[in-house]
Amino acid sequence: MAKPKIATASLAGCFGCHMSLLDIDDRILKLVELVDFDKSPVDDIKKFTGRCAVGLIEGGCCNEENVHNLQYFRENCDILISVGECAIMGGIPAMRNNIPLKECLDEAYLNGPTVYNPSGKIPGDKELPLILDRVYPCHEVVKMDYYLPGCPPPADLLWQALVALLENKPMDLPYEVIKYD
Amino acid sequence: MSDKIKFTMDGVEIEATQGQTIMQAADEAGIYIPRLCAHKDLLPFGSCRVCTVMVNDRPQAACTQPVSPGMAVDSETPELNDIRRSIVEMLFVEGNHYCAFCEKSGNCELQALGYRLGMLAPRYPYMFNKHDVDASHPDIYIDHNRCILCGRCVRSSKELDGKNVFQFVGRGIHKRVAFNSDTDLSGTDVSVTDRAIENCPVGAILKKRSAYAVPIGKRKYDSQPIGSDIESRKAAVKQS
Ligand code: SF4
Ligand code: SF4
Ligand code: FES
Repeated sequence: MAKPKIATASLAGCFGCHMSLLDIDDRILKLVELVDFDKSPVDDIKKFTGRCAVGLIEGGCCNEENVHNLQYFRENCDILISVGECAIMGGIPAMRNNIPLKECLDEAYLNGPTVYNPSGKIPGDKELPLILDRVYPCHEVVKMDYYLPGCPPPADLLWQALVALLENKPMDLPYEVIKYD
Repeated sequence: MSDKIKFTMDGVEIEATQGQTIMQAADEAGIYIPRLCAHKDLLPFGSCRVCTVMVNDRPQAACTQPVSPGMAVDSETPELNDIRRSIVEMLFVEGNHYCAFCEKSGNCELQALGYRLGMLAPRYPYMFNKHDVDASHPDIYIDHNRCILCGRCVRSSKELDGKNVFQFVGRGIHKRVAFNSDTDLSGTDVSVTDRAIENCPVGAILKKRSAYAVPIGKRKYDSQPIGSDIESRKAAVKQS
């Protein structure tokens, strides 16, 4: 029987949640026995090669590319999981959410004390993904099936949740591993 | 005549003293009822509704409702815990709670209730409201992003400190804690040793230069759910 496939993405995140996944140490060898990685920064596969059992999403949506990517994952994964505080509530990037977008851009590209920008313009190249009015948690954009909180979620949480899902067992997660920090 | 009475909590008979609230009686019996605005040294306030229990099938706040003989109280039911979790979730989406860098994290009662009640992500959309921070005082600061309007600071200042530093202003979504001062927090007679400071259940009122003193893993609610101290009394109550 072919192994189930998992895919991962980092949207508006810091890759800390991916680091935490690597932090499962030698269990990573067992993980490779359990699953094949499809689209993921781990193997640099850019397009889905087939249907995936589980998609792990780090980060919320701060620009249109994040939204398209998240929708692409939703179409191709049976179970989609918000991993970490940024996916769940926007996290640090969402600290801009109660500041008008124009003020944020002006501060970043025009008025900030360390800005060097001789053009005096806010970057508007077509190649750049359009920034959203605010940062959105994943479940406010597509349906998410599970949430694994933490900043980052501990490796033990990611491991235990993944194994339970792949082996079709109930998620019996101990008190110590569910934390919001 | 004895002032002892009996009533049931989740079908189990417990003894209480006439004049106690349901919460006080349950605490003594080693039964934890979730709470936020209640504090053992303060008068009952009844504002957060996290302590809602069913008394003879009617919802009541356990922190304000007095015991009466023969009453049937339900508390640990899936329905009530879902209502409690929904209140906690509302508080999370109404404020701006970045637990990842909050100094209170691990010792915060709101967060600990989220853990105990099994909140993974709130069912309500995040509001990202704008709130201020007042860091004008040399030893204390208040971050309104994390304030849950429990009124413990307001009541502690009056009831325990004999001052009147904090007060609520505004209504509904505009309600907030204000200071008894013409300027800002530094213009009040608040002191870093006031009970009002330590009694804030969340990271809204904090002492400066005291952050992150306890390592992760050793903080109050890292390995034991909130209410464990009360529940550990149960064993003792049974033995006696
Ligand atoms: S006050 Fe509590 S819930 Fe809010 S950010 Fe701090 S630790 Fe988290
Ligand atoms: S500042 Fe703290 S104690 Fe005062 S109302 Fe807000 S949360 Fe409660
Ligand atoms: S604890 Fe009873 S209403 Fe808040």
